[in-house]
Amino acid sequence: MNLDSKVPSGPLEDKWSKHLKDIKLVAPNNKRKHDVIVVGTGLAGGSAAASLAELGYNVKSFCIQDSARRAHSIAAQGGINAAKNYPNDGDTIWRLFYDTIKGGDYRSRESNTYRLAQISNEIIDQAVAQGVPFAREYGGLLANRSFGGAQVSRTFYARGQTGQQLLLGAYQAMMRQVHDGKIEMYTRHEMLDLVMVGGKARGIVTRDLVSGEIQRWMADAVVLATGGYGNVFYLSTNAKNSNVTAAWRCHKRGAGFANPCYVQIHPTCIPVSGDYQSKLTLMSESLRNDGRVWVPKKKGDDRPPNDIPEEERYYYLEEKYPAFGNLVPRDVASRNAKIVCDKGMGVGPTGRAVYLDFRDAIKRDGRKTISEKYGNLFEMYENITGDNPYEVPMRIFPAVHYTMGGLWVDYNLMSNVPGLFVAGEANFSDHGANRLGASALMQGLSDGYFIIPYTVGNYLADAELDEIDTTHQAFDEAAANAQQHIDKLLGVQGDKSVIDFHRELGQIMWDKVGISRNEEGLKQAISEIQELREEFWQNVRVPGEAANYNKYLEFAGRVADFLELGELMARDALHRDESAGCHLREEHQSEEGEAIRNDEEYSYVAAWEFQGVNGQLQEELHKENLEFEFVELKQRSYK
Amino acid sequence: MADTFTLHLKVWRQAGPDQDGKLVDYTVDNVNEHMSFLEMLDVLNEQIVAEGREEPIEFDYDCREGICGSCDLVINGRAHGPKAMTCTCQLHMRNYSDGDTIVIEPFRAKGFPVIKDLVVDRSAFDRIIEAGGYVSVRTGAAPDANSIPIEKSVADTAFDYATCIGCGACVAACPNSSASLFTGAKLAHLNRLPQGEPERKRRTVAMVEQMEKEGFGDCSNYAECEAVCPKGISISAIAEMRRNYMKAAFAGEEL
Repeated sequence: MNLDSKVPSGPLEDKWSKHLKDIKLVAPNNKRKHDVIVVGTGLAGGSAAASLAELGYNVKSFCIQDSARRAHSIAAQGGINAAKNYPNDGDTIWRLFYDTIKGGDYRSRESNTYRLAQISNEIIDQAVAQGVPFAREYGGLLANRSFGGAQVSRTFYARGQTGQQLLLGAYQAMMRQVHDGKIEMYTRHEMLDLVMVGGKARGIVTRDLVSGEIQRWMADAVVLATGGYGNVFYLSTNAKNSNVTAAWRCHKRGAGFANPCYVQIHPTCIPVSGDYQSKLTLMSESLRNDGRVWVPKKKGDDRPPNDIPEEERYYYLEEKYPAFGNLVPRDVASRNAKIVCDKGMGVGPTGRAVYLDFRDAIKRDGRKTISEKYGNLFEMYENITGDNPYEVPMRIFPAVHYTMGGLWVDYNLMSNVPGLFVAGEANFSDHGANRLGASALMQGLSDGYFIIPYTVGNYLADAELDEIDTTHQAFDEAAANAQQHIDKLLGVQGDKSVIDFHRELGQIMWDKVGISRNEEGLKQAISEIQELREEFWQNVRVPGEAANYNKYLEFAGRVADFLELGELMARDALHRDESAGCHLREEHQSEEGEAIRNDEEYSYVAAWEFQGVNGQLQEELHKENLEFEFVELKQRSYK
Repeated sequence: MADTFTLHLKVWRQAGPDQDGKLVDYTVDNVNEHMSFLEMLDVLNEQIVAEGREEPIEFDYDCREGICGSCDLVINGRAHGPKAMTCTCQLHMRNYSDGDTIVIEPFRAKGFPVIKDLVVDRSAFDRIIEAGGYVSVRTGAAPDANSIPIEKSVADTAFDYATCIGCGACVAACPNSSASLFTGAKLAHLNRLPQGEPERKRRTVAMVEQMEKEGFGDCSNYAECEAVCPKGISISAIAEMRRNYMKAAFAGEEL
């Protein structure tokens, strides 16, 4: 597997501009001769499809939802970072870059992360020009707020619905291109396979989720923007339909899967209430600007929170991390919540929750100000729990939220499969072992608006593509493969529901490949997942038919892939015998539970190459060494 | 732990777009007050799959946190159920009691044909946006974000309209099946901003005409749409749309 990162030489600040200067162009009259497939319509896919179409390429866009506007980016609440330095608090591109690479615990590529910080400002300009209604100050200029892992206010926001507003901006830009005939939009279509011809990505196979028809689509390049794989845990903050299938099927066609064990557990989510629970709801990190996290000092203290006097409250983040306080990065906040709950100080009926308290903020700023900032989040919380956070503290607990790992890509965001580009959460590129808050929106839009449109052109300018159509045997083979997989799922006719298998997989992942991991647990997880996978193929019950709308069948295909991915995640976590960011190996932590890296041995990207599944998953490990020319590696400290 | 209770459901079952549908009775036991409405339907579906006599009930959902706009049920005659400012997925079972009967139907409208059971085709909304629900700015052509100051109250009002999730409850609730609140909300978001001003007239006429082409009815000021809108979007959007439409369509100005 070729893992040449293709990072341009020269000073960090000049790499992207130098690359843009060197990049090959496709002439306008030739652009219209190229078809590009974009799978996924979230921030990355939507912005890439719109921008590619504006340039003149013929874009075919696919999504599994009934409209491109519903992709899960829409649920991002808090905000988007940019190094505008509008608040004049000393922010620079370097600082945003540095915070991001440090936040990621030095496990991302310097060049990609620096480019992300450079592009951040253009994203804000673009969104505002589209009419995205960011929060403003009375002077009419844009407002900012603070987020975890940073000591400046660089986060732009639209109340608690920043993802929605940015996604609608990208969606509207897409629909403009649909109107102009430059994008053909296919909703309720699921990608089931990648078609390779002559070693290059040349198309995809999809299932029409309404009719069940298996379809073939040819193109000169394929852009995958299908999001993350957090739903391998069954319970996560991801939308129910978020899945790894498109990315996993590309992996099975040869695309390297990088750092699968890097999973972000978001510290502020509404705790689990029962077995019927289908998803977890996130409460934006921005709440930590004003909410104070605490637990009772006394174990098992079951007094109502407002009856617990100040001196009997343990504000553990403020005490342990005086410099960052409640705004420590997500991995640090999540881990500490687990630590206090493991010590028996957790609250609520299950003891697996901590308080996020707005009492002092309301006293200081008034209810009106707090309501303006967080009103919709407070309503959402009350709707779900029946408690009013203006009166009693929220109860929160960490939940799986984002996956930093994903398909390996080079500096051009192209995977090791020529012609297959990967954008947004689906790739592994910019966040290392931990993503900072308000950086996912930034990355998705940076990839889609400002990187992919250039680098796809660079590839197409001199790609030698065979003249083919969808009757090529590679399409026959991929379509037959997709159909067989569906027939096999429907053919098992066992006794156990798809959801039961998914829930069991999720439990294994949460217990053994979750907030903290150890060698013994990971080894157990691997064998348990193998057993569960075998049982799945012998005993799963998938109702309904192939040639019809059939949600259970969709889920069955996705769970089958999660059952393979889960094993790879556990194996990646087992091989990475160090702690880094969100990957905490219990064998490698300080007395206070901080992650201890091993830069000598593990300063690399682990890219796995699929070999087969034969009882166990067969994967070969390849390494891309991370070289740090411009930053000095340090043990992270937020104290 | 919370008490559990039993519910009786009457659910719209329809095998396909051209087939007749009917309400079918189900009983769900062990409903917990903390469950969401959709989790209650998940439990019912698991029961149906285990029994194996018929296919599970199809219904749309995705984020299950009230923002993607996928879920779309009419519950006891009301789009998204009894709670104001709440999507179906955000409705929790603590709003119901033991022994209640609940009728569950799809969002019905000529513009939203049924696909299967409770799943409908809302692609007409995409085509309304396609007609003009955007600002025509190419990637990379934007000036510095702070070069366009916008009065806070204007930005805030634009945001209020921009929070539309495109669920279609407004259409389902309207006796005329009008899509005026959906269309008006997008127009009210973009038309009041300086970025949207240059295309205001063209946008208004194009979107209004597309809405009519899709088979949605006219607005007769029932205001049922506002009452069911999970984001609380004001029908002032519709008045504003009409004003802009009249000015643009009948002023004889070139569009």
